[in-house]
Amino acid sequence: MALALQQLINGLTLGAVYGLIAIGYTMVYGIIGMINFAHGDIYMVSAFIAVTGFTLLTAFGVTSVPFALLVVLIVAVLFTSVYGWAVERLAYRPLRGSTRLAPLISAIGMSIFLQNMVQLTQGARVKPIPPMITGGIDVLTTDGFTARLSYSQILIVLVTVALLAAFTWLITRTSFGRQQRACEQDRTMTALLGIDVDRTISLTFMLGASLAAVAGVMVTMYYGVVDFYIGFVAGIKAFTAAVLGGIGSLPGAMLGGLIIGLIEAFWSNYLSAEYKDVATFSILILVLMFRPSGLLGRPEVEKV
Amino acid sequence: MSPLVFANNAPTLAERCKDAAGIALIALLLGIPMIGLTTADQGGSLQVLTRWPLLGAFVAAAFCGRLALRYGLDMLKQRRQTRDREAAARPGKRGVRSIRILELTGWLAFGIALVLPILFSDNRYVVDTATTVLIYVMLGWGLNVVVGLAGLLDLGHAAFYAVGAYAYALLSTQFGWGFWTALPVAGLTAAVFGLALGWPSLRLRGDYLAIVTLGFGEIIRVVLTNWTDLSGGPNGISSIPRPTFFGLPFVPSSDTGTFASFFGLEFSPMHRIIFLYYVILLLSLLTNVLVKRLRRLPIGRAWEAMREDEIACKALGMNITNVKLSAFALGAMLGGVAGVFFAARQGFISPESFTFNESAIILAIVVLGGMGSQLGVVLASVVLVLLPELGRDFAEYRMLLFGAAMILIMVWRPGGILSHREPTLRHQPAGEQA
Repeated sequence: MALALQQLINGLTLGAVYGLIAIGYTMVYGIIGMINFAHGDIYMVSAFIAVTGFTLLTAFGVTSVPFALLVVLIVAVLFTSVYGWAVERLAYRPLRGSTRLAPLISAIGMSIFLQNMVQLTQGARVKPIPPMITGGIDVLTTDGFTARLSYSQILIVLVTVALLAAFTWLITRTSFGRQQRACEQDRTMTALLGIDVDRTISLTFMLGASLAAVAGVMVTMYYGVVDFYIGFVAGIKAFTAAVLGGIGSLPGAMLGGLIIGLIEAFWSNYLSAEYKDVATFSILILVLMFRPSGLLGRPEVEKV
Repeated sequence: MSPLVFANNAPTLAERCKDAAGIALIALLLGIPMIGLTTADQGGSLQVLTRWPLLGAFVAAAFCGRLALRYGLDMLKQRRQTRDREAAARPGKRGVRSIRILELTGWLAFGIALVLPILFSDNRYVVDTATTVLIYVMLGWGLNVVVGLAGLLDLGHAAFYAVGAYAYALLSTQFGWGFWTALPVAGLTAAVFGLALGWPSLRLRGDYLAIVTLGFGEIIRVVLTNWTDLSGGPNGISSIPRPTFFGLPFVPSSDTGTFASFFGLEFSPMHRIIFLYYVILLLSLLTNVLVKRLRRLPIGRAWEAMREDEIACKALGMNITNVKLSAFALGAMLGGVAGVFFAARQGFISPESFTFNESAIILAIVVLGGMGSQLGVVLASVVLVLLPELGRDFAEYRMLLFGAAMILIMVWRPGGILSHREPTLRHQPAGEQA
């Protein structure tokens, strides 16, 4: 019982992180209809910024953990959104309006580029940082096993919920959100109505990148290790989450992330840790066989 | 004659500098966390190191680069405008000539491929690299059937490559099968896996299909890594037998006779290298002929029709299921055959060789070459294999350059290097010769 509860807690934490990254995929897909393959690497870049930030703050003698976290979050979001902007400007904007596969290939190229850039400039070694938030609450003890809800897990889930609420508000209530949704539906018509489509798309990339940045900082704080390869795995999982939830749907991305996080946590504990990726992808394939547009996605209407 | 007005408002130097300064600012923001600052392990804990001079150089390079790029682009634009104006005056027919040139290039490439090992018979490195290029050509042609002709986005082609390689490795090490007998069996095994992937993805379109194929590729790799009893796990399978020349092995001495002793030659390891080169050349030429012929058969035309418009094909009563599955099966089979050759050439395989990067490179070859273009695949393979090879002198940067080159080629030619798409069949009005 306690073991299952522990897996539930771990799965939800992991799922929240996947969900944050998945929102970036889903928003970009919604607005320009392409898989931003470099998104996982944007997340990795932000994790490295977080490592540098935390180390720098420690060197300056900052001991207050909430202050350090807040500063690093803001700095990481700022720098990472510049990365998001630059990726769109360099690799995707010149290819807008060409074949569907061209931006996919340049996205894969961008992903390889970012991975190797970080490997060159920051080193190929794993970067460890000391744990920042220790302690937690013992929730339940059965059969000599104690399920523990750590403070960092609480923080991750709280931040995710807050961000999700803020984002839902941003997309459904603000004028930027209206512009963004208008661009999703019909870019030409939106441009005719006097909305700067290029700006809206750039902002979408920056927002997606800043969510990935939050995920990157959270993961750095939670696991305490970062290397240049984490972006690929997390990116694929998050994209799977976005597709599972129905690509283009914000709550879908979060739901997909949670499902994938839970599957991974339970599968690796009860069945086999080696095959957890097989489980994730098998379930993805099964869901798509029976619901090709994902769990919360609108079925695509094909027009002749 | 032309109603168009060609406006030329060249920017002033101040405007150019302002534009470049903006780029330099972005470069500075991008550079601070990655180039300016870095962390290193010192005495058990991380320390921040700074590299401000390097960052300064980077920003300056961005500034100058932007100035030069902008200036170059403006010049090019101006020149193109003048050329277009001149070209509008005298219409020419360029289309037909370019097809002739493509055809000639194809034969030329074939000729070069044929004589290459003879010209470089003492240079192992050249022949080895050429063999690698040909493996990618073969993989590219296989994937071209799925992506280029049938228009199904496949991000997991390395899975079939792996299935072929492991099928041969197991058949030869466990059951003692030879290269030529295992080749068709391994190819068919890969085709079966192609059907297994194709069947659940029949209802999916576009990017959903892409993620399912990606997932399938990962599943195969994870299973190969963890099913130690079958595949040897991460250690892979080693001492896979090399192909023989009609039963004559390429070894210094053997009691049943060797290739060298049979032909009365002195033993040289180059014989095997050159033989392998010709084997893969033969295999890829067979692939080329097969795909070329299939394109003219009803099934090939069905693939291309489905790529252009699936709904129209359904409306015309085509069996989309069979069309899709056949494309998957054929593409997978060709990938599997390439895998058999890969295993036989390396003598050692492990799941490391079949990662997502491999699938991405094969897809990049198809798309960079120009979807559906056979010659384009060859050109793209040459570029993508030679690029990292040329970069060997500055080895750390080669994958960085590889990624940058992928972006640049796409931005430069979004349709691929050979983007000219020629219909396989052309309607010829009566009494007119092509």
